[in-house]
Amino acid sequence: MEIQWQRDVDGALRQASQSGRPLLLDFSAAPM
Amino acid sequence: MYPDPTVATFITENFVPARAHVKEQPEAFERFEAQWTPTILILDPSGSERHRFEGYLPAPDFLAQLRLGLAHAARARSDWGDAERRYRELADDSSAGDVAPEAQYWAGVSKYKGSGDPGALAETAERFKTRFSESPWAKKASVWSG
Repeated sequence: MEIQWQRDVDGALRQASQSGRPLLLDFSAAPM
Repeated sequence: MYPDPTVATFITENFVPARAHVKEQPEAFERFEAQWTPTILILDPSGSERHRFEGYLPAPDFLAQLRLGLAHAARARSDWGDAERRYRELADDSSAGDVAPEAQYWAGVSKYKGSGDPGALAETAERFKTRFSESPWAKKASVWSG
C-alpha cells in the first residue's frame, strides 16, 4: 500500500477536521 | 520506514497523511517550528499538536511512536478508556521498544483519571518495580508507591 501524501498542509488540516481523523505531518528533506 | 507495508497500512488507516519538504515548503517548517528532518507531528482533528518526534527510527520504533501519538490524542480528549487501552497495548508489546515504559506510566494515569481510584497509580508504581524499573518513568511513578 502506497501512502497518499498530501502536500497542502491547510488542505490536510481541513480534511482532518471534516473526517475526524488525526493528521500525520512529516517534515522531510528526502526526495519526494 | 515508509516503504514498510505495516507502517504504510497503519498510516493510511489511521491518519490524514501530509508532507512538507524543507526546500519547497520552508514556511510550513517555520509555522510548526520544525527545526530538523525528519520531524513527525501528530495533530488531532482540531489541529492541536499531540505528539512530536525527531530523527530517523526503524519501522517498529516508528510505528510505536505513531501508536503513542494516538494514545496521547485519546488522553487529550479525556477518552480515558481508549487512552488506557492504547497505552496498555503498547506497554505490553515487546516490539514497542523505548516507548513501552512511557506507555506503562500513562496507562496508569489514564486508569486513574477514568476511575478516580488512586489505587490505579499505586498499582502502576508496583508494576514499575518489575518492569522497566531502570527507566526515567519508573522514577516518576515511584511517588505513587503506598
